[in-house]
Amino acid sequence: MRHLKDSTREVIAAYGFLTPNMIGFLVFTSIPVLASLVLSFCKWDLLSGPPEFVGLENFTRLIRDPLFWQYSWNTVYLMMSIPISMAGSLILAIALNQKLKGIVFFRTVYFLPTICSGVAIYMLWKLIYNPDFGVLNTIISSTGQFFGLNLKGPYWLHDEAWAKPALMIMGVWQTVGGYNMILYLAALQGVPRDFYHAAEVDGANSWQKFWAVTWPQISPTTFFIAIMSVIGGFQAGFDPAFVMTGGGPNGSTTTLIYYLYNEAFDWNHMGYAAAIAWVLFLIVFLFTIIQWRFFNRNVHYQ
Amino acid sequence: MLLQFSKKAGVFLFLMIGALTMIGPFMWMITTSLKEAGAVFSYQKEWWTEWLPFTFKWSNYAKAWHVVPFAKFYLNSIFVSLMITVGQVGTSAMAAYAFARLNFPGRDKLFFAYLATMMVPGAVTMIPVFILLRHFGWIDTYKAMILPAMFTAYGTFMLRQFFLTLPRDLENAAKIDGCSHVGIFWRIILPLSKPALATLTTFTFMGSWMSFMWPLIVMNTQEKFTLPIGLAYFQSLHGTDWTLLMAGSVMMILPILLVFIFNQRFFVEGIKLSGIKG
Repeated sequence: MRHLKDSTREVIAAYGFLTPNMIGFLVFTSIPVLASLVLSFCKWDLLSGPPEFVGLENFTRLIRDPLFWQYSWNTVYLMMSIPISMAGSLILAIALNQKLKGIVFFRTVYFLPTICSGVAIYMLWKLIYNPDFGVLNTIISSTGQFFGLNLKGPYWLHDEAWAKPALMIMGVWQTVGGYNMILYLAALQGVPRDFYHAAEVDGANSWQKFWAVTWPQISPTTFFIAIMSVIGGFQAGFDPAFVMTGGGPNGSTTTLIYYLYNEAFDWNHMGYAAAIAWVLFLIVFLFTIIQWRFFNRNVHYQ
Repeated sequence: MLLQFSKKAGVFLFLMIGALTMIGPFMWMITTSLKEAGAVFSYQKEWWTEWLPFTFKWSNYAKAWHVVPFAKFYLNSIFVSLMITVGQVGTSAMAAYAFARLNFPGRDKLFFAYLATMMVPGAVTMIPVFILLRHFGWIDTYKAMILPAMFTAYGTFMLRQFFLTLPRDLENAAKIDGCSHVGIFWRIILPLSKPALATLTTFTFMGSWMSFMWPLIVMNTQEKFTLPIGLAYFQSLHGTDWTLLMAGSVMMILPILLVFIFNQRFFVEGIKLSGIKG
C-alpha cells in the first residue's frame, strides 16, 4: 500500500467504508424499488409459476376498485387530526416557553405517549374505549350522573361513525407533546427578542404579538411539520387499526397501507399490492417535491 | 407584578392539566394490571377509583409471564433490537465518514441517490424484500427481522451532517503523523461524535423495540416473536383477560421508559439537530 498515491488510497478507503452500507442499500432498497415497479405491472400470487405481465391492468383495476377509494378516504379522514395535533403542539410549546420551573418535567411527561407508542398503548386505548367498562364511558356517565343526566358514551371502536374519531383522539394524545412540540419549542426560542420589543413599543398586546411576530417567524417550522405529517399520514394507520379494530367495523378504519398488507400478505396479490405501494409513493413524492421547492427558497439549515 | 404572577400560575395550571391527561391513561394501565380479573368488568364504578390501585394483585404479572413465553419474547426483542442498532449505527457511521471526508469519483451522485431513497415509503420495498427473503428461505428466521432493518439512508445522512461540522485540525495533524483513514475514523471521528452516535443509537433501538408490521409479516413461530407481535398474539389468545394484557403491556413499555428517561437529552438534541422526525 505504501507505494500508492494518497488519492488512490483515499478512493480505496472510501469504497471500503461504503461497502457494508452499499450492499444493504442495493439489496434492501434500490433493487426492491425497481422490482416493485416491475411487479406493479404484473400479476403474481407467489405460488403458481412466475409473474405474468399484465401491463397497466393493476392500475386500471385500482381506479375502479371501490374499496381503494373507501380506504383512501379513510386515510385522508384520519389525517384531519394533523391540524388539531399541530395546534396543540404549538400551544404547549408556547406554554413551555414561558420560563417556568419544571420545564424538563413537563417535557418528559408530554413525550411519554410518543415514546411508548406501539402495541401496548393501542391495547390500553382499546380498553379505554370499551363501551361497557372502559374508563372513558365511565367518566362520561359519571359526569352525567353528577349533573343528574343519563349520559351514555358512544360505542367507539364498535361503531362505524365513531371508530375513526376514536383513533384520531388517540393519535392527538400520542403526538401532541412529541416531536412537533419540541420542534416548535426550538423554533420559538429562535425568534429574535428584538422583534417582540419592537412590537411592544408599538403597543401590541400578546395576541397581536403572536400573529405579527411569532406566527410568521415560525411558519417554516409549521410548514415542515405539516408536510412531514402529511407524508407520514398517507403511510400510517396499520399498527393501531390492526391491534384495535382489525380494520373494521365494516372497513371504516382500514387505511391504504392496511389494504396493501391485506392484498399482499393475506391474499397473495403481489402485483396489485405493488400497484397500491406505487400510488402511495407518487403521493409522497408529490409532497416531498413541494417541500424541497419551498425549503430551498425559504429556509437555510446550518 | 400580581398580574405577572397570576398569568404564570394560569400557564402552570394549564400545563398541569395537560400533564395529567398524558399520565392518566398510563395510571389506568397500571391500576388495571393490578386488579382482580372480575373487577375490570364491574359496571358500578366511581370514576375516581379507576386511577389509583386499591388492589395489588402482583400475581397478574407472574401469570402473564407464564401464559405466553414472555421471557422468550423479551430475549428475542433485546437480541433483534441490539443487532439492528449495532448494524445500523456501524454501517451508517462508516458510510457517513466516506461521504463527509473522503474524495472519490461519483461521491455526490451516490449521496444524492441515498437522499432520494429517504422519501421512498417502506411500503414500496416491503413486498420485494419479502419475496427475496422467501426466496432465500429466511422467512420466520431472526435474519428476516434484522438484516433489512440494518441499513438506512437516514442514519448515514444524519451522521454525515454531523461529521461535516467537526473541525478538521485534529485529522490533519493525524494525517501528518501518518495515521490511516481507518485510524482517523476510529480514534478521532468516532470519539468526537459521541452525542450524534448516542442519538442515532437511542432512536434506532427504540424504533426496533416498537417495530410491529415487519416482524408480523415475516415471523410465524411463537418462540421467535418479539414483544410487540408477542403481545398482539397474546391478545388474540386471551382477548378478554384485560388484567393480564395490561400487565404484559406494562412489562413491554418499562424498558423503553427507562431508556428514554436516561437518554432524553439525546432525544431532544437529536430532534433539534436534524430537524427531521425520527
